[in-house]
Amino acid sequence: MLLKIENLNVHYGGIHALKGINLNVEKNKIITLIGANGAGKSSTLRAISGLVKSSGGSIIYKGEDITTVKTTEKVKKGITLVPEGRRVFANLTVYENLLLGAYLRNDKKEIESDIEYVYSLFPRLKERVWQHAGTLSGGEQQMLAIGRALMARPELIMMDEPSLGLAPLVVKDVFNIIQEIHKQGMTILLIEQNANAALNIADYGYVLETGKIVLEGPGKELAENEEVKKAYLGS
Amino acid sequence: MEYSKLKKILTISSFFLLIALIYFAPNFLNDYAIRILNLSAIYVILAVSLNLTNGFTGLFSLGHAGFMSIGAYTTALLLMTEKTKIMNFYMYDIWPPLQGITLHLIPSLLMGGTLAAIFAVVIGAPTLKLRGDYLAIATLGFGEIIRVIFTNSHSITNGALGLKGIPGVTNLWWNWGIAALVILIVKNILDSSYGFAFKAIRDDEIAAESMGINIFKYKLMSFVISAFFAGIGGGLLAVLLSTIDPIMFRFVFTYQFLMIVVIGGLGSLTGSVISGIFITIMMEVLRFVEQPMNLGPIAIPGIPGMRMVIYSLILLFVILFYQKGIMGTNEFSWKWIIKKIGLGKFIKKEAAEQ
Repeated sequence: MLLKIENLNVHYGGIHALKGINLNVEKNKIITLIGANGAGKSSTLRAISGLVKSSGGSIIYKGEDITTVKTTEKVKKGITLVPEGRRVFANLTVYENLLLGAYLRNDKKEIESDIEYVYSLFPRLKERVWQHAGTLSGGEQQMLAIGRALMARPELIMMDEPSLGLAPLVVKDVFNIIQEIHKQGMTILLIEQNANAALNIADYGYVLETGKIVLEGPGKELAENEEVKKAYLGS
Repeated sequence: MEYSKLKKILTISSFFLLIALIYFAPNFLNDYAIRILNLSAIYVILAVSLNLTNGFTGLFSLGHAGFMSIGAYTTALLLMTEKTKIMNFYMYDIWPPLQGITLHLIPSLLMGGTLAAIFAVVIGAPTLKLRGDYLAIATLGFGEIIRVIFTNSHSITNGALGLKGIPGVTNLWWNWGIAALVILIVKNILDSSYGFAFKAIRDDEIAAESMGINIFKYKLMSFVISAFFAGIGGGLLAVLLSTIDPIMFRFVFTYQFLMIVVIGGLGSLTGSVISGIFITIMMEVLRFVEQPMNLGPIAIPGIPGMRMVIYSLILLFVILFYQKGIMGTNEFSWKWIIKKIGLGKFIKKEAAEQ
């Protein structure tokens, strides 16, 4: 087990956003969290990456309790977040964005070869190396955000709605890339509104509702589940 | 010609040209003009240091005048001789340990910068957790607090009477030399991995944090470095003016540098340098609008403060038509100049594309 979350709670002031979540992420699997807006998907990822403090429960990574560890240390340990809404560094070039992804690494040669690897995944980025990231299209920015996260050489990469605001064709590209990264041996924790697409590529899925997990099961099974179909797949 | 070679030649020759300019300036400029040149060097230092926080790290800090005053007072008190100090402190006695100390310029300036930096740590630790407008208000408040403390700690700062007779030990070489050094140091910081972290925080804090950048540490670092250079700039200003008092360092003073930074371009060192020199010269040139004018039938009496109206107009114009300032976030490069004067074809292609 790569990541094990037990009874995780998150409060924002008086709001109880996560009410005791249990989650398991196995190595080399794609795990997905689906749910409506405000169900607590992003809060889960933020708590795992340390951007918000959890108010109870534990996060175990590789057998080590990392509940109170700082974000910097978590990135060093191999947990990287692709934040919601892309959030590229708009005034820096594509190349500089990628370098910042490897901020905590010192191995210059390896970084260069990883940049080449990212270019091979996203040839579009290579054409735009010296362009400011803010001038890229939405899809390109999402690819840059994923590429930037890969530069940290994570073992677990968490993606917060990578298909948000992208055209259907680009969404397809993004999901292909996720599978491609997965094939290279990466573990992926994916949050999606696009439940159908997410469940189709996921090994295991969790359904969140108002801060609680209400359903879980292998991705394909969940996709067939009547309740899920009714609530999230629109049929 | 090889581009990198050409670049080196151009840089070295312009460096010597600047040295020659400073060397020969006293021969063909009067004292007034020399003073403006000195002042512009100091304003460049202050603008560059403000740009480090406001332009490069995205921290909207308004406490610059406070840090300058710490540097100015420290430098002044350390430079003045015992005799001048006794002459100054005729209302209250000076704090005894301070009376006997007289140092040279460099240690005094370094001390001023260091004290400003220490104060920045004290202020920054609680306030840098705030964002945007809140940080601006908090730093503005702290700047004012420093001023009020200086007005009331009579035995150290001589209160509202201020300090007079600060020895004028600097000249064009000192001011421009230190300005060049500050620009060089800040440029090196910005080109290092620290600079990358600063810019990442400016562009997107959450993304920067997810990349593992320790946001608080780098914000504090940027704030402290900026305060250090503000302290040094304030010290040089005290030496140039030879007299300082707390009223000088009101928060309005910060806005003057904020204006320089905004007009030059938030996030451009070159912009700060150009607009620092430009605004300082303009401020003197525009003095004529405050004199009584006789426009045929209309006679305008001299209105002190008319210059400020013109600055406001300049600022309005910049905000309306040049939102990003003169330089935006671009920096000076020889390549750009060579291309602009139409010699681009002489540069090898691969260099031009970079």
